[in-house]
Amino acid sequence: MRLNKIFKNTLLILTACLVLSACATKQQEVSTEIKGQMQGDVYTGTDTVKYLADGVPDRVFFATNESILTTASRETLRAQAAWLRQNSSINVVLEGHADERGTREYNLALGERRANAAKDYLMTYGISSDRITVLSYGKERPVDSGSNPLAWSKNRRSVTVKAN
Amino acid sequence: MIRKFIILLLIVFPFKAFALIEVDITRGNLNPLPIAVSPLAIDEKSKKNFENILQIEDIGYEISNIVENNLKTSGLFNPLNKDAFLQAPDIANLKPRFEDWNLIKAQALITGKVNLVDEKLRVEFRLWDVLAAKEMMALAFTTVPNNWRRVGHIISDKVYERLTGEKGYFDTRIIYVAEEGPKTQRIKKLAIMDQDGFNNKFLTLGNELVLTPRFNPTSQMVTYLSYFKNMPRVYLLDIETGTQEVVGDFPGMTFAPRFSPDGKKIIMSFAKDGKSDIFTMDLENRIVERITNHPSIDTSPSYSPDGKYITFNSDRSGYQQIYIMNSDGTDIKRISFGNGLYGTPVWSPRGDLIAFTKLHKGKFYIGVMRTDGSGERLLTENYYQEAPSWSPNGRVLIFYRETKTNAKGEGFSAKLWSIDLTGYNERKIKTPTDASDPSWSSLLSN
Repeated sequence: MRLNKIFKNTLLILTACLVLSACATKQQEVSTEIKGQMQGDVYTGTDTVKYLADGVPDRVFFATNESILTTASRETLRAQAAWLRQNSSINVVLEGHADERGTREYNLALGERRANAAKDYLMTYGISSDRITVLSYGKERPVDSGSNPLAWSKNRRSVTVKAN
Repeated sequence: MIRKFIILLLIVFPFKAFALIEVDITRGNLNPLPIAVSPLAIDEKSKKNFENILQIEDIGYEISNIVENNLKTSGLFNPLNKDAFLQAPDIANLKPRFEDWNLIKAQALITGKVNLVDEKLRVEFRLWDVLAAKEMMALAFTTVPNNWRRVGHIISDKVYERLTGEKGYFDTRIIYVAEEGPKTQRIKKLAIMDQDGFNNKFLTLGNELVLTPRFNPTSQMVTYLSYFKNMPRVYLLDIETGTQEVVGDFPGMTFAPRFSPDGKKIIMSFAKDGKSDIFTMDLENRIVERITNHPSIDTSPSYSPDGKYITFNSDRSGYQQIYIMNSDGTDIKRISFGNGLYGTPVWSPRGDLIAFTKLHKGKFYIGVMRTDGSGERLLTENYYQEAPSWSPNGRVLIFYRETKTNAKGEGFSAKLWSIDLTGYNERKIKTPTDASDPSWSSLLSN
């Protein structure tokens, strides 16, 4: 069901790219960029990502209004869990964020829900909840100030930050 | 202290027997009433004294400007240019020559005088019906000179009430969030100002993120969200003393606070383990009560004016929609069924409508619907706008609007706007910095 949706979205984007590639050069550039950095409307690029350690990305991304972890997100979180198991003295804050296309209060709740999705996954991989604090910023701290789908996709995120 | 207004005497009661002018406020500003606001007369000695105390050259003129500006921004009145006035303020206040005011097409006239008596500002004013050649109202009051702007607002409220039959909303304040800096690192402070944008004052320094301040309808208290020590919590702030305290002892984020209509409770959301529910805290006995219990996000609660019901938004149906329930959390009913997402419901002070934000096909709308969800009316559409707050008489909504940035992510701004319930008279409200999350106070004087 879920996969089906992602597959459909990918197809849609591919079709959109094909259509766009027939247009002016500028549009072509944009479409190639988006194609490389989004799947469905989940950000898959790397230019905002930082690393907690080698091979351990600090953040996962979400679809609009969603808090479901993608396959890539689960992979990232497993790497974080492995790293946290090796560094048992480190505690983390999971900072949940939303994009600007929602009302402020709902987005605060949505950011909390996203960070908790990440927290739950870390816990299933053996990280104690004592080591994890959840903090929602709603739409208050975007990483990209753009008003476009790509910028919004970078902003819908949960970022794992060292607390000590 | 600033509330110490003494209405000294009601000089004349309005005559009910005549067919006097009336303003219909239900149809928008199609025919604003032509009104002349004569500068308040002032004697030379008082003028000099006020100049010394307040550094204002002609306080009579300034007060009349406040009245004029208020009446104009309501969209219901068309204040006439003072250059066209034929009668001097002092003579007009004694006995206006109605032919002269008729000549410049004024239908109503405000006159008055102001002086300094025992260190106090004393003002009297009269409202005249020009066509009927009658006095409609006369009032006098005294206050401390520093309250001179409020004098203008109170006159405006009395005139508005006399001519429309409804209470005014000019002697009020707006609390909001002042914003500065880049979009990715906004600095936010609580700020307060008079309804007309004057007397702006910052209440916090900007060291921590603050959001969604809301007035207590019965006192000078404010509830808001602060990220103090990186813990988003609901706080209570006394504007007059500056004291603040955290509300309740919740093991997680509390947000979306509002007061109950009697000012005795705070209703808010508490987020834990990915779900947000609605709670209240009694400010007297500190008892916390759970109102909703659902795995979804329940937030943005707002009481009906009689305190019997609560409206809120929830995504329990899968998407953000508006619900109402009894104030104890029973009998939850969804009321928004249109296309799109619905949020930030706020119950009108009159009780008959709920204002909301709607997101549909990439556009944001401010709208109103009846409390059963029928009669949805969208007042304004934009790239981004939300968080309507009602004027105390339920006639005007204030909200904030953000602009789209350009391809480089530049050009962001956030401003306060107001619009009439009729959908007319949309206005940008001037603030010294960018602004968001406005909340309208009750009338300061009654």
